Amino acid sequence: MSTNAAIATPNASGGIGVIRISGDDAISVADKVFRAISEKKLCDIKGYTALFGHIHENESAVDECVALVFRAPKSYTGEDVVELSCHGGLFVTQKVLRLVFAAGAVPAQPGEFTKRAFLNGKIDLAQAESVMNIISAHGQQALSAASNTLDGKLSEKIAGIAASLTNVAAGIAVWTDDPDEDVPQAHEENVYEVVKNALNELNKLIKNFDSGKAITQGVPTAICGHPNVGKSTLMNQLAGYDKSIVTDIAGTTRDVVEETVRLGDIVLHLADTAGIRESDDIVESIGIDRTMKKLDSASLVLAVFDSSQPLDSNDIDLLERCKGRKAVAIINKTDLGINTDVEKIREYISDTVMISAANGDGIEELKAIIEKLLGTAEFDTSAGILANERQYACCTSAAESLNEAITGLEIGVTLDAMNVSIDYAVEKLLELTGEKAREAVVNEVFSKFCVGK
Amino acid sequence: MEFYAGQYDIAVIGAGHAGIEASLAGARLGCRTVLFTITLDFVGNLPCNPSIGGTSKGHLVREIDALGGEMGKAADANSIQIRMLNRGKGPAVHSLRAQIDRRGYTSYMKHCVERQENLDLKQAEIVELRKNDNDEWELVTKLDAVYTAKQVIIATGTFLDGKIYVGDKCYSSGPDGVFPSIGLADSLKKLGLPLRRFKTGTPSRVNRRSVDFSGLELQEGDAKCTPFSFESEKMPENKAVCYISYTNDDTKQIILDNIHRSPLYGGKIEGIGPRYCPSIEDKIMRFAEKERHQLFIEPCGLDTEEMYLQGMSSSLPEDVQLKFLKTIKGLENVEVMRTAYAIEYDCVDPVFMKPTLEFKDIPNLYGAGQFNGSSGYEEAAAQGLVAGINAALKLKNREPLILDRAGSYIGTLIDDLVTKGCNEPYRMMTSRSEYRLFLRQDNADIRLTETGYKVGLISEDRYNRFLRKLELIAEERSRVESTVIPPNKEFDHIFTENGTVPLSTGVRLSELIKRPQLNYEKLTPVDTTRPDLTDDIFEQVETELKYEGYIKRQMSQIADMRRLEVRLIPEDIDYDDVTGLRLEASEKLKKVRPVNIGQASRISGVSPADISVLLIYLGKKGN
Repeated sequence: MSTNAAIATPNASGGIGVIRISGDDAISVADKVFRAISEKKLCDIKGYTALFGHIHENESAVDECVALVFRAPKSYTGEDVVELSCHGGLFVTQKVLRLVFAAGAVPAQPGEFTKRAFLNGKIDLAQAESVMNIISAHGQQALSAASNTLDGKLSEKIAGIAASLTNVAAGIAVWTDDPDEDVPQAHEENVYEVVKNALNELNKLIKNFDSGKAITQGVPTAICGHPNVGKSTLMNQLAGYDKSIVTDIAGTTRDVVEETVRLGDIVLHLADTAGIRESDDIVESIGIDRTMKKLDSASLVLAVFDSSQPLDSNDIDLLERCKGRKAVAIINKTDLGINTDVEKIREYISDTVMISAANGDGIEELKAIIEKLLGTAEFDTSAGILANERQYACCTSAAESLNEAITGLEIGVTLDAMNVSIDYAVEKLLELTGEKAREAVVNEVFSKFCVGK
Repeated sequence: MEFYAGQYDIAVIGAGHAGIEASLAGARLGCRTVLFTITLDFVGNLPCNPSIGGTSKGHLVREIDALGGEMGKAADANSIQIRMLNRGKGPAVHSLRAQIDRRGYTSYMKHCVERQENLDLKQAEIVELRKNDNDEWELVTKLDAVYTAKQVIIATGTFLDGKIYVGDKCYSSGPDGVFPSIGLADSLKKLGLPLRRFKTGTPSRVNRRSVDFSGLELQEGDAKCTPFSFESEKMPENKAVCYISYTNDDTKQIILDNIHRSPLYGGKIEGIGPRYCPSIEDKIMRFAEKERHQLFIEPCGLDTEEMYLQGMSSSLPEDVQLKFLKTIKGLENVEVMRTAYAIEYDCVDPVFMKPTLEFKDIPNLYGAGQFNGSSGYEEAAAQGLVAGINAALKLKNREPLILDRAGSYIGTLIDDLVTKGCNEPYRMMTSRSEYRLFLRQDNADIRLTETGYKVGLISEDRYNRFLRKLELIAEERSRVESTVIPPNKEFDHIFTENGTVPLSTGVRLSELIKRPQLNYEKLTPVDTTRPDLTDDIFEQVETELKYEGYIKRQMSQIADMRRLEVRLIPEDIDYDDVTGLRLEASEKLKKVRPVNIGQASRISGVSPADISVLLIYLGKKGN
């Protein structure tokens, strides 16, 4: 059976994110993305043991990770299983999941692991009953993912690509089934053209996936700045209620407080961070350390400055870190007058906005700037946006299959064989719209071609 | 007054293509079998096109043959023109089709059945089917004879309450002027069978002398003929030709002017007709933009002048038919011998059957062919064979024969019928199979001979010859994989002429065969160590090599699919007891009652999540 992978922890920001890989090739797939500090290979270690190391994308480390190996039949599913525990947060876990797909795993269907556990006789009576409720809840989600929650444009887009391929598949079906009929016959050139176009469209979708997540899954956003510059107040303004402890004592926010807010179409995962300054307080130092990490891993930085204070070396440090990144300089406390060097800030961050977080002035303007920065600068919304990793993986395997078809057509492989690749692509895309591929092709034949004795 | 007339293990109602294969299989597996037909003169009749095979149907015939059925041999013995369709399009889509001498075929089949040990062929109309006190079936004939049987196979074709429509005329009838089966349908309804009405049609037959062939396109048979049966040693020969003509604007206008006189467009026919077998008026209404429609003029046999007008099926009134036929080139002075008609008949919804073709709720009762909602001679024969085999296996307390989708078109056909049901007469098409690169007509024997042998319909002798063939294929495969062809200037032209690069270093012969531009034939000069083998061996090796990557992909899909096929669902499962199933899925599952998880997953409206819920439920029950 194929090797499947999915995120096994709840689909939300948390302390730890676990990616579970199960199947005959689980360990070799994990070895492709995971490198242990000890340089040991997962395939060389026993079941129930773990290695500490990093997840790698090409040569660069993506995240720290603990890889736990279970060997068949002693695992949840009864197959070889590797669990990769990474730092929580949707962005990182999903990135790791995608690397695992690229290494050869395929996305697990809802309930797949439990299904396998059952196939292999691993779950007992009592467990079954309780898991079942969860699974059926997943089932509802899976169903709506196939029909309702597909973003309107996306579903239109995918349906369009699937339709053009279904049409080609029907053409090949007629070419196969009705050789004597007086109907237009499929031609290698036409097939090539349609497949090429479909592939281009799919590739756009795939490329758009990351930027598209701004809309569907949110942008990891760090709010940074000098202590007591008003970051927590700003966050509370954006979030709509008090989350961080807001006082006028510098260093109140000692850890990273996370919040999800919706700005128009865009979801921001806001991390309110401890203020950046040298500190002797150990707890605060840890907080600042995390702030730096958050800042580096965030896709969007909201750098906050106190308009009443001149820029200091900490501010310049922050500006340096923001250079070349997607960032907005927020000049807060405008109600207290402007003493800071706005021109200097603009040298580093071109998008600046004056606000008063305390009374809400300028918040609307800030929203508009963020929307502009994320919404129009990065991606083509007309191309539709893939909403999750499963959609992404379906599109990727469809694209791979189409690539195969194109190569085949280029070297002169006949349509009967090519058809298998096109079929597979149709099947993968229709998986997203919930249709069954065989029926779709047969219906297309009858509606488009006048065939039959 | 009723009288007791005899007892049998298996009784088959209807001696069409389904009934013949069913009764032969039953008898050959050692069961006392009786085959009832309304008339002995139409055993294995071809009431529609005088041809067997074609795309995907040719595959079915070869599969029937590999399992030990009769259709392929009968077709080979009576073919008058043979064509391998799609030659030049790649081996996965090659399909064999033969024009058949209709009378010859009927005589062959009747004689074959008559000579079969354990099998009695009887002309009798069964008017009632009922159970007796011993829980055996009783079949009552119109003349009050009562036969008992342990197993009954219904293969009534279009006879069950058959009704013919030509324009505003309509009357009870079977095909070809044979009387229909009248009482049986009521008796089946009493047994609880969910009967419904389907419709099909056939074009007119015309006298050859009245057709002017001078301006028509000629369609000839292959230069080198191929038989259907893997056992036929004598090559069939071409003895006749077909012709092609086209409808035109005048034809279209006449049909449009009279469309209100069609029983279908006038609303008289309630039966559902097949989309793939449209009447000429259907084609003109549905594809209005099409300027002309093609028709084939095919001989019905060697000792008749009757010709079949493929493509011109119609249920318009006779005068309209005559009028529009005469607008067609070559048919200006046509003499019609049989008028085209539509026929409506009772059939059953096949989702009420198991993949063995036994009714789920009525043990020891089977259905096959058009009665099951399919269409076509080949589809009927395939089901008849499977029903007959299963009836016999059951009597012998042996495991049933269930063919899966990955192994054959027959398996695909039956799985589609019993899993998805059908809203129109079901025809086999290659696009119905997801595994069609593997399910080729050339390897039907490799796929199914073993099964046929185990069932008991393939002789020891044939089985040994089959094993020898497998050996030869394996030997030849290993030869081409180990033979290295050195570069040789003398042969460079072979490569350049075919649009591929000449050799600069030694290359394995297998790699050369894989090149899309080359094949065995073209490589003959460079392949100096080639053994003297029959073409079918080379064909297998070449196809396997050329499609290796694609076939591998299919094989891994097949392996995944088969994992789900072995997860059985108990017959007495209560879907209301399965918490977490969506309502739609639960309703579909209750109707279809799939035998395994694989079948359940193919039902439209059943999602992967529903399947997980089901697996968990089954796991819990299993513990």
